[in-house]
Amino acid sequence: MTRKPIAFGVLGLVAALIAADLAGSEPLNPYQAPPLMAYGSGLAATGAHCAASAVQVQE
Amino acid sequence: MADTAVAAPRGGSEIARRGLLIGGVLIAALALAAFAGARYGALLLVGLGFGIVLEGLRFGFAGPWRAMILRREPAGLIAQLVSIGLVALAAFPLLATNGEELFGAHAPVGFAMVGGAFVFGAAMQLVMGCGSGTLVNAGSGNAVGAVALPFFAIGSFAGAYHLDWWISLGTAPVVVFDGTDGLLLTLIGLAAVAAVALWLAPAEARRIPRRLWIAAALIAALAVGNLLIAGQPWGIVYGLGLWAAKGAQALGADLSGSAFWATPVNAERLQQSLLTDVTSLTNIGLIGGAFLVASWRRGLTAKLPKLPARGWISAIVAGFLLGYSSRLAFGCNVGAFFSGVSTGSLHGWVWFIAAFYGSWWGVKLRPKLGLEG
Repeated sequence: MTRKPIAFGVLGLVAALIAADLAGSEPLNPYQAPPLMAYGSGLAATGAHCAASAVQVQE
Repeated sequence: MADTAVAAPRGGSEIARRGLLIGGVLIAALALAAFAGARYGALLLVGLGFGIVLEGLRFGFAGPWRAMILRREPAGLIAQLVSIGLVALAAFPLLATNGEELFGAHAPVGFAMVGGAFVFGAAMQLVMGCGSGTLVNAGSGNAVGAVALPFFAIGSFAGAYHLDWWISLGTAPVVVFDGTDGLLLTLIGLAAVAAVALWLAPAEARRIPRRLWIAAALIAALAVGNLLIAGQPWGIVYGLGLWAAKGAQALGADLSGSAFWATPVNAERLQQSLLTDVTSLTNIGLIGGAFLVASWRRGLTAKLPKLPARGWISAIVAGFLLGYSSRLAFGCNVGAFFSGVSTGSLHGWVWFIAAFYGSWWGVKLRPKLGLEG
């Protein structure tokens, strides 16, 4: 067997994940989207990141 | 990263095939920008860029660490350090002057954090793929990467679910190097590690290939782009855990009892689409970019290796451990090491030491688990 079916299988799973997510999540709304760049937007960063913890650790 | 052979173009059909690949990618990014927002389309393109550079120029983490441990070849490790240094040169002043709009990958050092980094380092040698590497390997048709990926996501979800308990075992306050002094300290630290790696290397292995210099610069540019667009550094693990969390929720699981998944920012992510989540988008882009390069090079025709049953079981267990341990360690090679160090977090440096020691054990374990097929 070659890599081809594996790669297409992975892409298929990602597509299925996105489709299921779109069906179960709040609908996309480009009119409420943040500006293209966070830098210079004047808005506080709100994203979730790997370094974030559940409990507040003193900084 | 997968090493796929380059094949010569075959006339008109080849040009059409490659045009279709590029067109498909651009249409996907434009459609996302139109239906979700320009930022999300841009982040998908950043992720595709990461995937293309990592796969196309064979820039990785697990492989170079293995080369350093087994053969004392420092080229790949030094390329990582150069890339981190380039990001730091931009990120430190950006974070100092835009503290509201942008944030760094800052996390505390703790017992679980150190243990998590050690286990991650060992597991990434077992599957020969780190956080970014597992995505790139899966996208380029590497069967071990494809098997490990879903278990990586499940492990990341489970690790996040239990994170508050692990933190309670003992965690120090967050330590961040910032300003000009912090930047100088970071650059000196990176240079010191590079100097030790070069000193340990045999003379004939000290040359850094041109492709790695180019890759280091391109990865740095994309990482700075990620910070400017998203307001946060490049990460991997959060997105994978979110995919599994959404799956668990779809199957009826109640995540309100989890200190991690019930926090407002994570609860909001669970409600919103993955197509508006920063790390999910760059992760999808990484897979797509790796697929693009492998397909472009006709590398998808390469034969799969034959592994014994214990090899596949090891890939599943190591995939789960990659996800679980990286949550305890506040990130993987990307979120903790690359982004942590380049934005001044002490935990990035501790992660590097613990994970490198773990990698040494992983390299020793790999043949015993039937993964050298």
